[in-house]
Amino acid sequence: MDLAYSQEYEKYRAEVREFLDANRDQSPPQFGRGNGESKARDWQKLLIENGYAARTIPKEYGGFGGEPDILKSHIIAEEFANAGVRPGHSGDNRLVPTVLELGTEEQKQWLVPPTVRGDMVWCQGYSEPGSGSDLASLSTKAVVDGDDFVINGQKIWTSGAQHADMIFCLVRTEPDAPKHQGISYLIFSMDTPGIEVRPLVTMTGEATFNEVFFTDVRVPKHQIIGNRGEGWFVANNTLKHEREGLGDPNQAENRFREIVDLMQRETIDGNRLIDNPAYRDRLLSLQGRMLAMKFNGMRVLTSQIKEEEPGLPRWIIKLQGCELNHQMAAMAIDSMGELGILYDDGPYLRDQGRWQQRYMLDLGLIIGGGTAQIQKNMIGERALGLPKEPKFEKPLN
Amino acid sequence: MDFALTEEQLMLQESIGGYLRSACPLDSVRESSESGDTHTPKIASGLVELGAAGILIPDQFGGVGMGLLEAALISEALGAVVAPVAFVASSVMAPIALLGAGSDQQKEAWLPQVANGEIVIGVGVSEHIGRRETNGIVADKGALSGKAMFVLDSMVADALIVADTSGRLYLVRTDDVTRNKLKTVDRTRSVAEIILDETPAEILPGSLNNQNHLNNMINAGRVMLAADTLGAATAMLEQAIEYAKERRQFNRVIGSFQAVKHMCSEMAADLEPCRSLVWYAAHSISAIPNEATLMACHAKAHLAEIGQLVARKATEVHGGMGFTDLLGLHYWFKRIGFNRQLLGAPEIVREEAAVAQGWT
Repeated sequence: MDLAYSQEYEKYRAEVREFLDANRDQSPPQFGRGNGESKARDWQKLLIENGYAARTIPKEYGGFGGEPDILKSHIIAEEFANAGVRPGHSGDNRLVPTVLELGTEEQKQWLVPPTVRGDMVWCQGYSEPGSGSDLASLSTKAVVDGDDFVINGQKIWTSGAQHADMIFCLVRTEPDAPKHQGISYLIFSMDTPGIEVRPLVTMTGEATFNEVFFTDVRVPKHQIIGNRGEGWFVANNTLKHEREGLGDPNQAENRFREIVDLMQRETIDGNRLIDNPAYRDRLLSLQGRMLAMKFNGMRVLTSQIKEEEPGLPRWIIKLQGCELNHQMAAMAIDSMGELGILYDDGPYLRDQGRWQQRYMLDLGLIIGGGTAQIQKNMIGERALGLPKEPKFEKPLN
Repeated sequence: MDFALTEEQLMLQESIGGYLRSACPLDSVRESSESGDTHTPKIASGLVELGAAGILIPDQFGGVGMGLLEAALISEALGAVVAPVAFVASSVMAPIALLGAGSDQQKEAWLPQVANGEIVIGVGVSEHIGRRETNGIVADKGALSGKAMFVLDSMVADALIVADTSGRLYLVRTDDVTRNKLKTVDRTRSVAEIILDETPAEILPGSLNNQNHLNNMINAGRVMLAADTLGAATAMLEQAIEYAKERRQFNRVIGSFQAVKHMCSEMAADLEPCRSLVWYAAHSISAIPNEATLMACHAKAHLAEIGQLVARKATEVHGGMGFTDLLGLHYWFKRIGFNRQLLGAPEIVREEAAVAQGWT
């Protein structure tokens, strides 16, 4: 156990800090949508040049071309978060690694550079109304007609589809094959004729995701990653990259600090919330859980540096991290009491209403990216070795 | 940046764990606990040979001179087999007090004997964590009077380290005190009420004007109890998983039912981060002293909470059998319950964590 960073990394950290001090004025606002605006694009360009975004993406595909170094990536994320500066992006942390790993040379040239620049924004067409947790049962179909696939069907929960330029999409191309072997992974423009996007308003009152309808959408046959029928394998590659982002312990620690700050400001009967023993005890319980997850994250990071499989400590991050974030938002709202039911705007709204937003969005995250129940199945089956539920090939009534 | 056990620590974990698994099967736990033996000689001597009794005691005093993280790994291994043997007070808290506040002569006199297993030292400090049924111990002209409650490892001890009401630490010989065993739910450990009546006592001189030694001892004790709970809860979870893979109902093993599987996954998801918290807390006592109190409090409180959840759910996974004496799961259940209350229940230590951060 040695929690110090070597001189090389301390020096690197100092460089990141120096960069942030000198350039933070040029960064776009921390929160806000869209990568397309020019300030965000310039910021991304500057970050790539300095190796703080798209760090390990090869130069020929528009990245910085650095050697993979988990500790450096960790230092960058930590320093940007501590400075409250908007970090760069790798284009799309689901699609880009997938294309780099499984795409053809032509696809890499076509897709990666504009995505990394922020000129090509993606959405993910996976879930369907009838295929949620049982994603492999999806029924959006693509049939070959000449040089094209012709797609008909519907996707749902498609985040950002209303702003996206492109979609990576799972479709059934081999209806007679077993369900996991009949799927293909297609990529196409959201401007293709026959696509209709209907925003889906959520409990927060905003539309973060959409329903996407396909009617005779024609996609050239070469716009496929991997071979026909291999889409499930390709998609699992993508999901692996997505899940790693959910339940980040650094985010939980920053949120915890925000709650402490809130409870030191907020008063009830003229007394600070943090001075109330019942609220304080609940705060301390959350701190214990947060710290356990923080150190668990350090353990996972150490395994990754050593190129070892982290195992159980990583399997639990999505389940525990999202739940912890939700509980912290709940604590913040309870600290505000009646003020915590205020919404949208108004003179008494605290912290721009972000706790109320988070309380609902975090529930969405507990469900999205593999529900808590699916997570528990995976932990039970893959990490603990418990047997799977028997499956029924024919529907049960 | 390396948040992992070293090769040496993994070897220690393996050698102690391996030894305990063979030397301390459930049958011998049952036997010791029925005969009221909380310091089984066979297990104790094996631990001495492996260096566990003198884990924190420097080489010059006959120990192996390792740190709190190594001690936590031993405590975890003891909890895993619910070992009926003195460790937390005698091999961790007392050596910390003696090394920090003892005179050279006291160190020479006591530490080698702890390391070689000749004696056991009990510790009575619970009056500083939440006094019950006593007004504490008062010193007057080198003698102590009063009562200490829940003195750990005390029924098997030859000497005791106790704190007076001002936080000074003293050594007393058990022959000079009245010891009344307190029967507890966990029969693998001993606690007693100790009555002092102008009992001759030696002060540990370093504690005369410095309460840090008392605090260090309490921090370390809390981390050890947290580690013991980690080991015990992990063992309960493993037994639950094993049972869920074997037990069949409705023509299926019950672990294939999501209701049972999810209980196991929840236990694993709650428990696994606890391991990192215990490591960090133990590491902080030696390496990051300004965080030690905060982390020891959190490790103690969080493991108490998660330990309780696991103890309950792992029992439930076993159905009716879990509730019986036959399976013996209750030894782990009770040990976890004991660890939760001793040296501060969760609410008490969380409040101390708040104080440590200036939030009160």
